[in-house]
Amino acid sequence: MDFGFSDDQLAFRDAVRDLLADACPPTAVRAAWEGGPGYDAKLWRRLGDMGVLGLLAPESGGGLGLTEVDLVLLLEETGRVALPGPIVEHAAVGVPLLAGTGDLSSRVIAGEALVTVSDRADRVGWAEVADAVLLLDGAECSLVEPVSAEALDSVDRSRRDARIEVGERSVLPAVDADLAQDRAALGTAAQLCGVSAHLIDVTVEYVNQRHQFGVPIGSFQAIKHHLADALLLLEHARPPVYRAAWSVAQGSPYRARDVSMAKAMAGRAAAVAARVALQCHGAIGYTWEHDLHLWLKRAWVLERAWGTTDEHRARVADAVLRPSGPGEGELGGR
Amino acid sequence: MDLMETAAEQVFRAEARDWLAAHKPALPLPPGDTAEGFPVHRRWERELSDAGWAVVSWPPEYGGRGASLWEWLIFEEEYYAAGLPQRVAQNGIFLLAPTIFEFGTDEQKDRILPRMAAVEDLWCQGWSEPDAGSDLAGIKSRATRDAESGGWRLTGQKTWTTRGAFCTHLFGLFRTDPEADRHRGMTYFLVDLQAPGVTVRPVDKLDGDAGFAEVFLEEVFVPDADVLGEVNRGWQVAMATTGSERGLSLRSPGRFAAVVTRLIELQGERGGLRDEVADCWMEAEAYRLATEMTVTRLASGDRMGAESSLNKIWWSEMDIHLHETALRLLGPDADIENPWLKGYQFALAGPIYAGTNEIQRNVIAERLLGLPRR
Repeated sequence: MDFGFSDDQLAFRDAVRDLLADACPPTAVRAAWEGGPGYDAKLWRRLGDMGVLGLLAPESGGGLGLTEVDLVLLLEETGRVALPGPIVEHAAVGVPLLAGTGDLSSRVIAGEALVTVSDRADRVGWAEVADAVLLLDGAECSLVEPVSAEALDSVDRSRRDARIEVGERSVLPAVDADLAQDRAALGTAAQLCGVSAHLIDVTVEYVNQRHQFGVPIGSFQAIKHHLADALLLLEHARPPVYRAAWSVAQGSPYRARDVSMAKAMAGRAAAVAARVALQCHGAIGYTWEHDLHLWLKRAWVLERAWGTTDEHRARVADAVLRPSGPGEGELGGR
Repeated sequence: MDLMETAAEQVFRAEARDWLAAHKPALPLPPGDTAEGFPVHRRWERELSDAGWAVVSWPPEYGGRGASLWEWLIFEEEYYAAGLPQRVAQNGIFLLAPTIFEFGTDEQKDRILPRMAAVEDLWCQGWSEPDAGSDLAGIKSRATRDAESGGWRLTGQKTWTTRGAFCTHLFGLFRTDPEADRHRGMTYFLVDLQAPGVTVRPVDKLDGDAGFAEVFLEEVFVPDADVLGEVNRGWQVAMATTGSERGLSLRSPGRFAAVVTRLIELQGERGGLRDEVADCWMEAEAYRLATEMTVTRLASGDRMGAESSLNKIWWSEMDIHLHETALRLLGPDADIENPWLKGYQFALAGPIYAGTNEIQRNVIAERLLGLPRR
């Protein structure tokens, strides 16, 4: 048994962290809210150059030939900085789905083309700016050509959500749509851990510096206990996320169960971190001007993206409990 | 990262499972915290010890089999999966022993550990006093130097001493320098409860078992050989013990995995509360995974620090959640004596002992997150 990351994996994580700290400060997140394509095309190409986007693609296809275990650490970092753009859809889902599409695949791996993925045409993020729109529909996945797009106002305004009318579609051959869904949920869970970590970090910084009654408010037990609860949930969400990554990479028979557990635990951790962060910031955190709400809203949206916490918990229940309803008491069928 | 057991670990698991299946006593045993039940548990734990399964991770010279932390986790999983109860020797083997390995002299290790492993000596903790609970540094029990006899005279009162009425020895903190400030001037003593001047009074717990005791000490002689660590440095030694209590060793994941397995069976029989039971399963699974990450770190040479407070809150609150969920499934049937009710009452103590969860949250905030102490 070895439940840790290698030095190489951690060094790659650190390099991505450094890049994002520099290239994706809160001002960049806010800028994506206020207009433009909702992602930074230049940064996307840098992520392509570093190998982040093509990490899951085989080396023969221009990727790094690494696995989900490597990828979750990097996606956690993208959550930490609230990176605008469909990074999970692009790197964790789109790249493997588009393997073998030749020129498109190469451009997506290099970050020259943006790919977005959804499992519903009435809600596609970055639909109008993406170079490739993939639609998961049951066991199928299609590369679709939107003929029209009606913009939707997502609470996370960087998302550029739209309802699309599908024109031409080409079904991708030999696609494992369940695996694609699981990769999306896994990547989102990893991002949620990063969002939670950031929320805890900035709140710790704030309560250390904000004084009331002549002392930092972080010295009060009520504040300490809020933050301890947020950290408790985060530190019990990360191990399930890393285990789920391993299960996906290994093709484990427990992949679906493990991914759902990861998403449910990470979603819950982020929901609590978001509440705690706002409460500990007080009124300043409730303003549009303060950056906190950019991360709160990212947490809200990701918690519901690629299966809500409740949906994933129900999937875990189906995997570990006897079936409910008619035939209750019979094992099997899972 | 490799989450598969090695071939050697699989062999170890099979060996433990086979031995436990062949030797386990008729279950359930009577409660270990009663005058009738305690000797029954002790006999069973002796059998474990005789076969070399009592303290698998200890070096062979002290009664163990030099197993890795991974193998210890595997043994614990198999032990609880077999339906076996928590050990009456636990406060010795899981709490005091790691402290002796760290701070004890060779003479102390040779003298104390084999008898502990063989369940000859049974150890209880002497931390809390009537006026010192969460504020452990407020202890007043004292030890004065008896140079002539080569030791110390201990006087005071310890309370909430788990299984104090049945144990043979006590480890605890006593004030040796009344002039020093609160966290200094304390020394960690190992006390024979048969020594003259010791009076042990059993106290019934919430569930009716005599699992607590008050321990009164009146000029009790303790030789220098039974001071653990340096004189006046007892606080540092005690923190190592509480680290074990909160952290890895006291509550292994296998214990909760076994409870969840029974909970899932109960849900299958009774129906309902699917989401709640799924949450319970996830909590126990997350605890196992978090522990495995910790063991990976420890195996590469890291030390357990204040993160043990995260563990302690998780397992203690999870234990209550698992049992509450079972009681909800049982409905009014939960009121009639049954193992879930017994387990629930035991679980309720979790957020109180080993440092209340309020104290743990303070520790997390101050040491892991860096919030100001005052």
